[in-house]
Amino acid sequence: MDSVAPNKFVVGLWDHEEVYLHAIEHLRHKGVKIYDSLTPFPVHGLDEALGMKETRLHTAGFFFGATGTTLALSFMTWVMTTNYPIDFGGKPNWPVPSFIPITFELTVLFAAWGMTLTYLVRNKLWPGRVPRIYDKRTTDDRFALVFDAESLTDAEINSIKDACKKEGAVDVKDKVFTEAEGL
Amino acid sequence: MTIFAVICAGMFPIFHMGRVWDAPFIFPIPNTRGPLWVNFNSPLLWDVFAISTYFSVSLLFWYSGLMPDFGTIRDRSKGKIRKYLYNLASFGWQGSAKQWQRFEALSLVLAGLSTPLVLSVHTIVSFDFATSVIPGWHTTIFPPYFVAGAIFSGFAMVETLMIITRKLFKLEDYITINHIESMNKIIVLTGSIVGIAYLTELFIAWYSGALYEQFAFYNRILGKYLWAYALMMSCNVLSPQLYWFKRFRRSIPVTFVLSIFVNIGMWFERFVIIVTSLADDYLVSSWAYFSPTWVDWGIYLGSISVFLFLFLLFARFFPTIAIAEVKAIFRTSSEVAKAERAKAEGATHGGFVLKGALDKE
Repeated sequence: MDSVAPNKFVVGLWDHEEVYLHAIEHLRHKGVKIYDSLTPFPVHGLDEALGMKETRLHTAGFFFGATGTTLALSFMTWVMTTNYPIDFGGKPNWPVPSFIPITFELTVLFAAWGMTLTYLVRNKLWPGRVPRIYDKRTTDDRFALVFDAESLTDAEINSIKDACKKEGAVDVKDKVFTEAEGL
Repeated sequence: MTIFAVICAGMFPIFHMGRVWDAPFIFPIPNTRGPLWVNFNSPLLWDVFAISTYFSVSLLFWYSGLMPDFGTIRDRSKGKIRKYLYNLASFGWQGSAKQWQRFEALSLVLAGLSTPLVLSVHTIVSFDFATSVIPGWHTTIFPPYFVAGAIFSGFAMVETLMIITRKLFKLEDYITINHIESMNKIIVLTGSIVGIAYLTELFIAWYSGALYEQFAFYNRILGKYLWAYALMMSCNVLSPQLYWFKRFRRSIPVTFVLSIFVNIGMWFERFVIIVTSLADDYLVSSWAYFSPTWVDWGIYLGSISVFLFLFLLFARFFPTIAIAEVKAIFRTSSEVAKAERAKAEGATHGGFVLKGALDKE
């Protein structure tokens, strides 16, 4: 999203995911720019229909996990061999097999926390955030397409509205956000 | 449920330390006692890492899945305070395509990470016993045996709570008899694995020729704790065998009663393992009969209360069914959708797929 978000939108609402997916394909084919898409649940095929790139969250998760592995192994090695070597009845000071459980746990811990925090930051989710709700029904049973109306002329807006209705939208409306608006 | 149970599980070692205020030192934190670190060779320390990882990863998995549903509740709730609180809980969820894409990636990976964590946490808990030198504990079969036991008792506990919740909240269309039957199949499988583990333990104790090991098991079965062993065997190994019959697998009353039997049996499994081995150890002069004090009872009942308190709070204010997940499959898998499709196709299938027809109660 842009740094200065627009405040005027056209919102189209659909009530069936398959009709919705077809509508997205047709609208995009016509060259209409979709600002955002809101659905009550993850719709399969929506990423492709919108032409979204695959998320890189998995890759981030791998690197977080690798950090955990490295940290666990190097810290335990440092403690047991350099900082605090104890003689446990003549047993070796670098017992790799007994490092396995903690290394595994830290790998998982770092991957999970790292990924989740990245997810929250990238998705702009934090406690107390007041989201822009284009239509309350998008968390119930409506699938919404949001178009940025600020950059469009009235004729273009009307043609988008007509196209939405033609593609099976059950409702098309204008939505304007004002500064003072809360939940 | 995992979260609340692990909160309880995590409290016990802390109580048993005696000096509760020293609990932070179970973690390798820099300190002023010279370079004094925890012992990375100790299974007890592995357990610290296993339980804390298990708890926090379960927490993330649970909460990240709840956020969209909190968003749904926020948009449905009326009062200003409710709206504010549910928005706070939802972290400002919107449900945009990019959010859902990342959501799916995250839940897939967290689910993938949680599965081996279940295995690892129970394996490592069993290491606490298996690496000790107490007869009856020092056995290599413990890790798989504890994992099977954990799945077994976990499923039973879920069934107990689920059957009550399903009835009270009228969730019969969401949690169907087919779900319960599948769970019962897992219970008979894991219960039988646990049973084989019990018998293997006995065989190995005899076959090893180790005198102390042999005594520990002889004493466990025929000693003064015979009643506990018999209770464990009948609840854990014999009672789930009823589930070989489809009639019992699909019966709600039978499932409810048997799930309670399994809960009792698995509680006694821990009792048998811990108490029988410690009551009669190497030193004959210290042999004793364990009887719980009021402190023991207090901690035991208190932990159950904490669990139920958290569970009931959850059921009151949070969604008990994952709303977004159910919506995603509603059009393909629900009975309502199937019936509609059947109607549209002109076939009634003798009314078989009509709502509720699959659930004979």
